[in-house]
Amino acid sequence: MRFKDVFSIIGPSMVGPSSSHTAGAVRIGLAARQALGEPPLEADILLYGSFAQTYRGHGTDLALIAGLLGYSTDDERIPDAYRQAELAGLQVRIQAEKRPEAHPNTAALSLRGRTERIRAKGRSIGGGNVEIVGIDRFDVKFAAAQPTLLVFHADRSGMVAEVSGVLTRAQVNISHMQVDRESRNGAALTVVECDQLPGGEALREIGRIAGVGKVRLIDLAAKEGIG
Amino acid sequence: MRFSSLSELIRLCEEEGLSIAQVMIAEQARESGQSVEAIREQMAGYYRVMKEAVNRGLRDNPRSRSGLTGGDAKRVREYAAGREPSVGGEAATAMAYALAVSEVNASMGRIIATPTAGSCGIIPGVFVSSQERFGWEDERLVDGLFAAGAIGYVIANNSFVSGAEGGCQAEVGSAIGMAAGALVELRGGTPEQAIHAVGLALKNSLGLICDPVAGLVEIPCIVRNGFGAVTALAAADMALAGVRSAIPSDEVIGVMLEVGSAMPDKHRETAKGGLAQTPTGRKIMKELYGQGTRHEEKEPDGQGDEA
Repeated sequence: MRFKDVFSIIGPSMVGPSSSHTAGAVRIGLAARQALGEPPLEADILLYGSFAQTYRGHGTDLALIAGLLGYSTDDERIPDAYRQAELAGLQVRIQAEKRPEAHPNTAALSLRGRTERIRAKGRSIGGGNVEIVGIDRFDVKFAAAQPTLLVFHADRSGMVAEVSGVLTRAQVNISHMQVDRESRNGAALTVVECDQLPGGEALREIGRIAGVGKVRLIDLAAKEGIG
Repeated sequence: MRFSSLSELIRLCEEEGLSIAQVMIAEQARESGQSVEAIREQMAGYYRVMKEAVNRGLRDNPRSRSGLTGGDAKRVREYAAGREPSVGGEAATAMAYALAVSEVNASMGRIIATPTAGSCGIIPGVFVSSQERFGWEDERLVDGLFAAGAIGYVIANNSFVSGAEGGCQAEVGSAIGMAAGALVELRGGTPEQAIHAVGLALKNSLGLICDPVAGLVEIPCIVRNGFGAVTALAAADMALAGVRSAIPSDEVIGVMLEVGSAMPDKHRETAKGGLAQTPTGRKIMKELYGQGTRHEEKEPDGQGDEA
């Protein structure tokens, strides 16, 4: 099911004018910020399809920037996002891409923070709901509707069991999980969608597993206001 | 969720003796692990935002950011107060309220996506006007939102709810179906009658393209919300009168998927066809965006005359 619950249909509470091009774009930007793990200082954004054609009218650029700044979908500063970005020291370059994409509302973001870099690609599938379909060179697919862990690690046997072992002990139930790797024994990314929010101790413990690089938590719900 | 089609939803209601709203609330509580009180409070918060948007739209008379639209909600309300509206006073009120919320949306004000922002006026238009007319408590309308959400959940997972994927039928059409079905239940109709209202309503918007002028959620989106509220009232009345959707509502949703999938790119929210590419539509776009833009932009492909 692409749409998981009643609040993906009624909601979100948002600043207009478009749920797919404004609210969805805020969420893609916010997911990318959380995947980076620190405030972004530079962002290169490529827009595809209808995003590329109509972003000015929908404020898609404002919304993506707002997400990068950590705003929720109903934050009334969204229309002022360019100025807010300047104040926050965030440089943004936006470009409309002509090449077609599989989905009409797609944005690809390259972010650089003080120490980290990340690339994230997201689609806005309607009603403010999104799917993140790319993280760096990895193919993924998650809605960010639930707390989602990104575990960057070396490909080796037993990794999934150790990560899920930590979550079991933390009483976090896994609702969906996926692994993508660049090559056998190469770099890999495990995406874990959770029913409960994993605490800081669980995240640190996963970070200490041999072969694990960085661990990121994507939790868009924490940013949702209900007005 | 224990249902993925409208027929499964009706079966659950009948087997367990529950309304559509009650099934949705129970399923949402189970799925999210939250208490019934917590999810009702979230929905009640959403309903407050909807009412505030109706009030704000009528009181502040907001202009859109582009300056293209605004003031129509107030026009309709004043007309309806001073003369006998052709659709009757109640439908005219629903229409004015729906326009008001959509005008707030276009001004980058706060609304609830139902199911999207482009269609955010229809459910508040129908709900807030019906609340005033029938003297319902807020709690009853909160139930109604869960019923509308259950219907939208099925449509979204079997077809689509975004204009970019399936045209305006997917946005405004879905919202009309959700509002119509919910209104049937609010007025005491059976779950089966509510689902017939969905099918009846959806059939009336099949094929509707998404062709916003200059890519803005304004022309024709705002007036389509006004029409949508009135259509939802009509569909609810037909269903309550006993009219059935001869083609089952689940099959109508399948047709929406078929039609939307066949819709050319230019009619799916790209502003490359339809009203957006009429001489006037192109002129508006040129006036708004001029020749140069703030951002570097590559050549658009095809029929567009994008500035």
